[in-house]
Amino acid sequence: MLINHPQLGPRDAAEFVYLGDASLMHRPDAQSPTAAEEFHDYLHLRDNPAGVHRELWYHEQGDRAWLIVTRNTLTHEITNVQMARDVALAEQQGHVAS
Amino acid sequence: MNNESMRVHDGLLPDAAPISFIFNERKYTARVGDTLASALLANGQKLVGRSFKYHRPRGIFSAGPEEPSALVELRTGAHREPNTRATVTEVFAGLEASSQNHIGPLGFDVMAINDALSTFLSAGFYYKTFMWPKAFWEKLYEPIIRAAAGLGKLSVQEDPDTYEKGFLHTDLLIIGAGPAGLSAALAAGRAGVKVLLVDEDFLPGGRLNLERFDIDGQSSAQWASNAMAELTTLPNVRVLTRTTVYGVYDHGIYGALERVSDHLPTGSHDKPRQILWRIYAKRSLLCSGATERSIAFGNNDRPGIMLAGAARAYLNRFGVSPGKQIAVFTNNDDGWRTAVDFQAAGVEVTAVIDTRSIAPPVDINVPVFMGNRVCDTAGRLALHSVTLTSGETIYCDCLAVSGGWSPNVHLTCHQRARPIWDDTLAAFVPGTDLPAEMQVAGAVNGDMDLASALNAGHQSALSILKNTGNNAKIPPAPQANAESSRITAFWQVPDCLGRAWIDLQNDVTTKDLQLSHREGFRSVEHAKRYTTLGMATDQGKTSNVLGLAVMADIAGQTIPQTGTTIFRPPYTPIPIGALAGRSRGKHFRPTRLPPSHNWASTQGGSFVEVGAWLRAQWFTQAGETHWRQSVDREVLQTRKSVGYCDVTTLGKIDVQGRDAAQFLDKVYANTFSTLKVGRVRYGLMLREDGFVMDDGTTARLAEHHFLMTTTTANAVSVFRHMEFCRQCLWPTLDVHLVSATEQWAQYAIAGPNSRRLLEALVDEPFDISNEGFPFMECATLTVCNGTPARLFRISFSGELAFELAVPARYGHALMDALAEHGKAFDAVPYGLEALGVMRIEKGHAAGNELNGQTTAANLGLGRMVSAAKDCIGKTLSTRPALNTNDANQLVGFIPVDSQQSLRAGAHFIDEGAPLTLASDQGWMTSVAYSPSLQTSIGLGFIRHGQERMGDQVLASSPLHNEQIAVTIVSPHFVDPQGERLRA
Repeated sequence: MLINHPQLGPRDAAEFVYLGDASLMHRPDAQSPTAAEEFHDYLHLRDNPAGVHRELWYHEQGDRAWLIVTRNTLTHEITNVQMARDVALAEQQGHVAS
Repeated sequence: MNNESMRVHDGLLPDAAPISFIFNERKYTARVGDTLASALLANGQKLVGRSFKYHRPRGIFSAGPEEPSALVELRTGAHREPNTRATVTEVFAGLEASSQNHIGPLGFDVMAINDALSTFLSAGFYYKTFMWPKAFWEKLYEPIIRAAAGLGKLSVQEDPDTYEKGFLHTDLLIIGAGPAGLSAALAAGRAGVKVLLVDEDFLPGGRLNLERFDIDGQSSAQWASNAMAELTTLPNVRVLTRTTVYGVYDHGIYGALERVSDHLPTGSHDKPRQILWRIYAKRSLLCSGATERSIAFGNNDRPGIMLAGAARAYLNRFGVSPGKQIAVFTNNDDGWRTAVDFQAAGVEVTAVIDTRSIAPPVDINVPVFMGNRVCDTAGRLALHSVTLTSGETIYCDCLAVSGGWSPNVHLTCHQRARPIWDDTLAAFVPGTDLPAEMQVAGAVNGDMDLASALNAGHQSALSILKNTGNNAKIPPAPQANAESSRITAFWQVPDCLGRAWIDLQNDVTTKDLQLSHREGFRSVEHAKRYTTLGMATDQGKTSNVLGLAVMADIAGQTIPQTGTTIFRPPYTPIPIGALAGRSRGKHFRPTRLPPSHNWASTQGGSFVEVGAWLRAQWFTQAGETHWRQSVDREVLQTRKSVGYCDVTTLGKIDVQGRDAAQFLDKVYANTFSTLKVGRVRYGLMLREDGFVMDDGTTARLAEHHFLMTTTTANAVSVFRHMEFCRQCLWPTLDVHLVSATEQWAQYAIAGPNSRRLLEALVDEPFDISNEGFPFMECATLTVCNGTPARLFRISFSGELAFELAVPARYGHALMDALAEHGKAFDAVPYGLEALGVMRIEKGHAAGNELNGQTTAANLGLGRMVSAAKDCIGKTLSTRPALNTNDANQLVGFIPVDSQQSLRAGAHFIDEGAPLTLASDQGWMTSVAYSPSLQTSIGLGFIRHGQERMGDQVLASSPLHNEQIAVTIVSPHFVDPQGERLRA
C-alpha cells in the first residue's frame, strides 16, 4: 500500500506502524461521573467496518507523524490522509470555542 | 538417439558451435537459445520425469511457464534446485540437470508400483487409508508417504547464491512483450511515456516467435526483434527480460522476479542470482497472452503427448520436431496450424482428429477425422499410437492436443476480481473489476488473433496517451492478418477405459473429480483441496479450466455456475531466497552496538542479544572457566569497591517545551511538575488499561527540559506512545520529543568507591561530594578535561552509584579512562548478568516483573499513582478487580535449603496443596545466585505477600517435576534501608 503523507507525499506502507480506529483520539474525561464506563468503551469497543474506516498510522520510519488514514477495508482504497495533530487541534479548539 | 537428430531446421536459433549439457549424467549438445526442454527434444529425449503420485512416465507437455510435467533438478551440491521447469530453463554450457521423483533409473522406477495400486490411491486416500491405528500415522505412515510423494529433493544446504531486492517507478508498466505488449510499448514509447516493459522469456516476442505469421511484410519474429531493437534505443523505455510479474498489490505496486544469472554457469559471474523487484506503476497494461489446455481422454499423459501450440513452438522457434510422426487432436481451428506447420517442415503428419462435425477448416493432405475423438493411447515410456472412438489406430510418437486457449487472467484477479466466462471463446476473460489503473489487451482479453492483439495493444496505449494529455503523433498500429481461432468447447472423451488425466502435475484424473463429487466435495474450492487439482508449482495453468468444465459436467451445471478458485500471487513460483534477499543471517536485522562494544570485546566480554542490541554479558578473566565465576566476581567486587557497566541501551527521550512538565504528569502515574531542576525522579508509566507499561528515571535538566529514560526493550514503543499522546491527545501542549538513545554513551559507576573513581574524572569546579551532589541529583558538567557530560546520581545496584553520560563518540575513550583510573580501586567492568544479579538483590523490578500483566499495586508501587491528577491509565487502574485484597504482591524468596537453586516460572502453592490451578498462589519472576548472600534468591508475585513475611510455600515446577520449599522475605535482600546509595 501507499499512504499519501500530507507533508511527504506517497510513502510505502512498510514505513508505518498501524494502531487502529481513529476514535482512540477521543480520550474520555477522567472527571466524568461515568469515567470508568467511558474509558472501558474507549479502550475496548471499536467499530470494525467492512468499508470506509478512519484509522491511525504512525510514520515510524519517517517523520514520526501520526496520520489519520481513511481507508476502505474491503478495497484498501485510501481516500483521505490527514495529520492527526491538525485534526485533534481543530476538534479541541472547536470544542473550546463552542 | 543423440546429436540433435530431431532438429529439423534452424528455427530462430543461429547455427553456431553447439554447447554441451548433462542430463541424468549423460552428455548432450544444444544450441544457444535452446531451453532445456527444446534441447532434450532435439536429442529425442522424451521421457524426462515421473509423476507425483503414480510415478507414471512423463514427458514435456508445454513450451512455457505453464509446464506441469517436465520438472527437473538443476545443478548440483548446494546449488541444486528441484522442481524447475525444463520449458523455461535456458541451456548453457555445462548445465547439469537430472530427472526427479524416481527410485532407480528413470526408465525403470520401482515406485511405479503405485500406478498398479492406483485404485487405493485415489483422491483423499491418505485421509481414509492411513487412519488406524492412530499412533502409526506419525511414526510410520507419514514418513513413508512423505518419502514417496513430493517431487525433487532439496539440497538441505545453505543457499550459496545471493539475491537482491530492487525498486522501480514507472508511468506505464506493460506486462508481457508479445504482440499486444510490443505494439503498446512502441506506441507509448514513441510518444515519450516512461515505460517499463517486462517479459518472462529471454527472447521477447511471445507467440510472435512461435508462429509463421507476417507483420508489416516481415516475419513476426523479425518484427518482434526489430521492435525490441527500437525500444532499447528509447531513453524513456526500460525493458526487463527473464522477468516475471508475479503479483499485483495495492495502489499500483507489482512484484516481479528477474532471473539475472540463472542462465549463466555457476562461478562465471559476480551477479546476484535473482532480483525481486517492487514496481510502483502509475498504470499498467496487462498483455499476458493465453495458455493452451488439453482434453481429457484415456491415458492422455504419455511422453509424446503435448499441447498443439507447444509442438508448434518447438518446431518454429527451436527447429525441433517433438516426433517423427505427428498427430493432432483438436476442438478448434488453432490446432490445425500445428498440422500445417509440421507438414510444411517436412515432418510426417499421420492424422488430424477434430471433435467438431464440420467441414475441415484447412485443406490439408493428411488423414482427417472430423467428429472423431482419441479415446486411448499406447506406448509404455513413449507414445507410439492412439486409438480413436471410431476404432482406428493412428501411429504417432507425438500427439499434439488442443482443447482451446485460456486467457492468462491471473493478475487481473489478484485484487479479488473474478473472471467472466465467454461462451464464444470457451474461456474465462478478465472481469470488469480490474485492479486500479490496470488495462488488459491482447489474448488475455480475448483478442485471440494476431491482428486484433496488435491493434488492441496500440489502442490501449492511445487511450493512455489521451487520458494523460499526451498529444504526440505516432505511427499507426502494425498490420497483420486475422487468423481463425473458432472453437467448439469439448472437454472430455466419454467412456474411455483408461484413466483420463486433467492435472498432470498432481495426478488428478476425471475419476478423482467424480469421487470428489460423490463424497460431497463439490464446491471448486473444496474439490481443489480434496483432489489437489491445480495445486503445486504450475497452479493448474493447463488444468484448471478443464477441471472446472469436467466438474460442471459431473454436477450438471454450467461452467460459470461452477465458478473458479481464487487466483492469488505468485503467478509462478518465487524462491524463498529471493523473498529474503539480503536479509539473511546477520543481515536479517541490524545489530546495534553500544559505544563500549569494541572496548568490551578486548576485555574478555561475552555478548548477548537484547532486542537488536549486543550487550556484554560478563567479562571473563584468566582462570575463570564458568560464567558464574565471572559474574560472582563482578558483583562482589562492585559491592566491595567499584564496578562500571555500559547502560547506553536504556531508551533516552529528550522532552522539551513550556508544557513539558505538564505533559510528563499526564503520561506518568506520578508527578514530575514538582521535580526541582537538577533532580532526578523514578517514574512509573501505565497503559490506558491500568497495567504498568514501563518505568525509568527522569532528570529535570532545566525548567522546560527533561531527559527521561525507558527500559531497553520498550524504548521504541514508549516513544511511539508518547508521540501519540502529544499529537493525538494533547496537541495544544507545547512539548517536543527527540530520541537521544544513540546520541549519548551512558555508563553506570557503582560501589562504595564510585565517588572516588569519579573524582579523578570530573573537571573542576564540580563538587561531587555527598553534600554537593546528593542522591537523585543530576548535573551538566565536563569530564576528562573538557568533555561535555551529564551526571546522574542514581542507583540500580543499590550501591552508592552514578550514571555518567558523554556524547556517544567519546564512549570508548571514557571506558578507557574508567579502566585506567579504576586500577587504583581494583575496579571491574561488569556485564548484564551482574547487573541483573544486583538488581534482584536490591529488589528492583525489571522486564520479568513489568510483563504487561502487573499493576502498580502488584509491584508495591500503588502509592505512586498520584491521586491529585489524571494520567494515562489512572481511571482503569482503579477497577475493582485490579484492587482486590488478595492481589499479587512483589516479594522476595529464598530456598529453605540454601543448596537448592530457584527456578523462574515456578508457581507457588501451599505445602500439601494439590498441584492444580486452584491452589496457585503466584509465580516466581526472576531468580539469581546471590554471591552477596551465598544463596539462590528470587523475586516473585504471591497473594498477600507483604503480610506473609517468613511463611514457607512450595515453588513448584511440574514441568521439571520439582518442588522447592521457599521462605517469603523482603524483596530488598541487600541494604534494605537504602543507606549505601545515600552514602
